[in-house]
Amino acid sequence: MTTILQPDDATFPGMSEPAKSRTARPVRGLSDRTIAWLFVAPTIALLLAINIFPLLWMIRLSFTSLNLSMSYLPLRFVGLDNFTDILTDEDVWFRLQTTAQFVIWSVALQVIIGYGLALLINRQFRGHSFWTTIILLPMMLSPAVVGNFWTLLLQPQIGPFNYVISLFTGVPPSSFSMTGQVSLAPWTIVLVDTWMWAPYVMLICLAGLRSIPDYIYEAAEVDRASAWRQFWSITLPMTVPFLMLAVLFRAIENFKMFDMVNLLTSGGPGSTTELVSITLKRAAFEKWRTGYSSALAIILFVTVFGAANIYVKALNKVKQR
Amino acid sequence: MTAALTKSTAHSIVEASPRAKMVAGGLVILYAVITILPLVWIVATAFKSQSDAIAYPPKVIFEPTLEGFVNLFTVRTRQTPDFIAKLPPPETWYDKLVRQRDMVIAGPSKVVPRFVNSLIIGFGSTFLAVFLGTLAAYAFSRFRIPLANDLLFFILSTRMMPPVAVAIPIYLMYRQLNLTDTRLGMILLYTAVNVSLAVWLLKGFIDEIPREYEEAALVDGYTRLQALRKVVLPQAVTGIAATAIFCLIFSWNEYAFAVLLTSGEAQTMPPFIPFIIGEGGQDWPAVAAATTLFVVPIVLFTVLLRKHLLRGITFGAVRK
Repeated sequence: MTTILQPDDATFPGMSEPAKSRTARPVRGLSDRTIAWLFVAPTIALLLAINIFPLLWMIRLSFTSLNLSMSYLPLRFVGLDNFTDILTDEDVWFRLQTTAQFVIWSVALQVIIGYGLALLINRQFRGHSFWTTIILLPMMLSPAVVGNFWTLLLQPQIGPFNYVISLFTGVPPSSFSMTGQVSLAPWTIVLVDTWMWAPYVMLICLAGLRSIPDYIYEAAEVDRASAWRQFWSITLPMTVPFLMLAVLFRAIENFKMFDMVNLLTSGGPGSTTELVSITLKRAAFEKWRTGYSSALAIILFVTVFGAANIYVKALNKVKQR
Repeated sequence: MTAALTKSTAHSIVEASPRAKMVAGGLVILYAVITILPLVWIVATAFKSQSDAIAYPPKVIFEPTLEGFVNLFTVRTRQTPDFIAKLPPPETWYDKLVRQRDMVIAGPSKVVPRFVNSLIIGFGSTFLAVFLGTLAAYAFSRFRIPLANDLLFFILSTRMMPPVAVAIPIYLMYRQLNLTDTRLGMILLYTAVNVSLAVWLLKGFIDEIPREYEEAALVDGYTRLQALRKVVLPQAVTGIAATAIFCLIFSWNEYAFAVLLTSGEAQTMPPFIPFIIGEGGQDWPAVAAATTLFVVPIVLFTVLLRKHLLRGITFGAVRK
């Protein structure tokens, strides 16, 4: 059996000569090679048209000063100007910092809560399956809709959130605003994101916990290892690959975060919760600085691609188990 | 010692004690109740009157009304009580409800067309993605494809891009092709995003079907395509269904592309819901009613998908 993907073998299904198979097995109909090509080609073609072609176009534009609100101007190439502008712009670095803080805090909280919940659910109490499904609901919702309805919950006067806080701390409910206060807003987006995605980490960790065979604990029990010791020597090391996978997924997703935060705070107050995706949206779709925003988008691509590489490696590692 | 090694007692060693189970159960239920409260609040708000919804302090106990739902589906104009008194008596319960607020229904709102858009774009892109994904996944699973791993990585990597960044060139491209704010444009875009998930998930599901089944069919004189249709697909049907639901949920929930690339004709629910506006700002009961209707299918799907959820959210990396 030779290589399958050869363009010259791509004949039309109706026109192809049947039974002319080059495979080891005598098979009637289209050859395996033709089928493989015909089956993979449409997906690749679609991705080339919708992802790669636009990407290449965008790379070209990133070297221009195109501004769609002034598109009557001739296309002017400015070399690397957009890139140097972005990388020397303190504001952009500040947005990246905001994004990094959001990613770190939200993922950290999700790991702690998610792992804790997984450990508890793994004790298989009665009805654990029902309650797990309840806990999973937030992550299935539309992030935009979530961001939107949390603005109601967090309204200082008409929302219930501040009243609950007031009940426990005694702080008057209308004395603070979770989305409107510079000191609180960054924590608000972390809070809502954690509410939404802690179940995600939980679900993956639960799979990790269930992958540990019982006999290892039995052996530890025979050796009279304490519960504490069992956790550090068995449970944690054996679930680390799963935990890593969850962290990478969440980190990439939160680095790209746009929808939920855009509706919850739209980057405000001021620019305290302006994540880099929101900056990009403003540059591209409000100021219409297409050349500049293309360059920024490419910088983000490269960052995510680096992370994606690590992610796929980790993914394969977990798969090997 | 020996007792510990027999099967029945060995199991009890690993299983948590009743007390530990109770504590764990209590904590998990507490978390579940807290986590579900925001959703309960939104569903409750959907049944509040406008004044109850923005009451200060917020009302936990209220008289339920369908005002929010009526407001969601209609456009109303405010009239003088005299004008309303002169009208013929209301024909329907919702006419009556609206008139109690000194308003008259002027026509249907845009929510139905938006909902239809969500359905058409959701099902259209799901069908295409699952169709293309099944073919590609079968090829990746059963044939030796040169650079298969690179191609698979390429397929996945298209999903790693920030949506806002992807939207910039798509916006320009669609403008040239007259695809901006069209259902076709959104279907193509969502198909491209979903196909990466479909290929990865379905490859996992097809990998699990023993090759021997097909090989037996081939020996019996089936062609590859017949074997695929009559042997592999029936075996993969659960996997295909689960994948389809995941694609549908993505398209249903998607916001960034929808808000940047559509404005009317092809607008779906997520960018529409936050802009349901009444007199003086967001009409919260109507927004909550829309959210409730929008979320119900997702809740049903979550329950249906429970077994395959883990696979779906990890691109097939973790299976149970």
